Amino acid sequence: MAKLGPSSYSPYPVAMYESILNPPPGKALMYDEIVDEEIAMREAAKAMLTRDNPTIFPGPQVLYEWNEEAKEKARLVRRIADTLGAKIIPMYDYRPKYPKIDPEKEINPNHPNLTIWHNNIKACIFVGVHCHYANVALKIIRAETDCFTIALCGNAGHEDAMITLRDQHTEELEKFIRVIEEVKRELGR
Amino acid sequence: MQKTQQVQYNRAGQRVVSPEYLLFEAPREKQFMTGSEVVKEAVKRSSVDASVSYPITPQSEAAHMIGELWVEGYVGVYFRGESEFGVMSEVAGCSMAGARTVTTTSGPGTLRAMENFPMWAGSRLPIQLVLMARGVNTPLSIQPDNLEISFLLDTGCMIWHAENAQELFDMIIAGFVVAEQPDVHVPIITAIDGFFISHTREAVNIPPDDIALPPYNPYKSPLVPIDMEMSPGRFLRDPYVMKSNYISYAAHTSWQYEVRAAIERSRPYAKHYLRGLIEEFGDPEGEIVFVASGTAGAQAKEATQIMIHEEGIKARVVRIKTLRPFPYQELLQAVQGAKYIFVPEFNVIGWLEREVRRALYGNVDIPVIGSPRVAGGMTMPPEFIVKEVLEYLGKEVKHVI
Repeated sequence: MAKLGPSSYSPYPVAMYESILNPPPGKALMYDEIVDEEIAMREAAKAMLTRDNPTIFPGPQVLYEWNEEAKEKARLVRRIADTLGAKIIPMYDYRPKYPKIDPEKEINPNHPNLTIWHNNIKACIFVGVHCHYANVALKIIRAETDCFTIALCGNAGHEDAMITLRDQHTEELEKFIRVIEEVKRELGR
Repeated sequence: MQKTQQVQYNRAGQRVVSPEYLLFEAPREKQFMTGSEVVKEAVKRSSVDASVSYPITPQSEAAHMIGELWVEGYVGVYFRGESEFGVMSEVAGCSMAGARTVTTTSGPGTLRAMENFPMWAGSRLPIQLVLMARGVNTPLSIQPDNLEISFLLDTGCMIWHAENAQELFDMIIAGFVVAEQPDVHVPIITAIDGFFISHTREAVNIPPDDIALPPYNPYKSPLVPIDMEMSPGRFLRDPYVMKSNYISYAAHTSWQYEVRAAIERSRPYAKHYLRGLIEEFGDPEGEIVFVASGTAGAQAKEATQIMIHEEGIKARVVRIKTLRPFPYQELLQAVQGAKYIFVPEFNVIGWLEREVRRALYGNVDIPVIGSPRVAGGMTMPPEFIVKEVLEYLGKEVKHVI
């Protein structure tokens, strides 16, 4: 995650320009620190359980990709939402929405702040969003909102999110559900 | 229990091996070949799906030789474009369709195709362009002038600059691997100084040709791969340029920064596969430091030997392997203790001198001398470099050039 503020003449901060790298395999990135995956999962669960209007933004890779893993991941994302008591707002299409997006129904990487503002979302999870669009959106969200961003990435991660978990496949998502349940118990929920 | 390992073969029947095995572990045999032949041998071992060429003469034989690989079954698709612009557009189409794609160009052809390079980067296409630099001015030249590299520096592509045919071979293979990392996924330009490397022969160690890189997996792309459900029209519909509002400008800004961030993410991968973003050579305590890339690096090494052994002057070379990403930290560390920094170059404008000055500005107080500099295909003998240094230091010049 970048420090809040403009990066050069861009209105958007860019974590990479502050030398913040994606985590190595087996690790996670929390703010600008490399930590164990479980520590990051716990912090992510806590953020989603304690902040207002937690929301999951699933992208095409879990919504309608044609493979078995996508189907299984979609089921797990639903379970994560149920366990967290979080809403699901899909990012099913990457084209900018004109003349106006319906922010209650969808989020778009070109103007993700509109959906976050409208629904007063204070914590969110990106999952199944293609990496480029997740990165474009996360930079905008960092600058335009006070939303806590978590990326569950199937590849190398997203340094512009506040918490980045990399190589997240079905096994890891199941682990995340177990961590959420633990944190819930600790919080007395 | 004994573990069974599944052996995978590519379309040409080559055994698929890991990039680490291909680049670092496989046995190598010494061959004597031109740079163009080296391109062919590297592409042969890279499980390439598509290549498009424009038969500009006399750039190099590399594109023609990739055509031979297609005939032999090593490259999936190969055809001739109608112009350099056509070629660079057509390779974009191949890459968008999920193909590992390579092409080559040089000189004026590069500039004719220019619009495509930032388009490749913005579309996050991991195309490899082998650039055999030969300058862009009139009158034309096929000699080693690398002026066109300066035009490519800010296109959003990664740029690596090879010193010799051996490094070009390794960089081409490593280039596919690094460019196709999901968090990088931008084009890679592997550049050499034409003629010196493309047209002349040197010893190159290469692994056997029955092994090759794993095929490209387009479904790891950070953008939606184009397939039966996702047509190019859908990908490109509603581009930001069609609208004039804050959202369009803002999204486009974030997009451009993301492309640049992607180049930066290539650092650890490039460091691993190229064994460092820079190479240091000579006396580690040398007060005279040459910062150079490509063939100028090789010539600077020769000059360094003369200075150390014949002139008794402590000198060293910091050879830059990656121009994008530029190795700022590595360079800063490497020039510690230097009294003078010389930047020898094969072009008239001194683009590397500008890069070096930018990297060092405000960080170290060492004079940077953009010299010697040759252009239009002139050679730069090591004695010529030594002479420049001696004259700058006010010492007697003993060598006859």
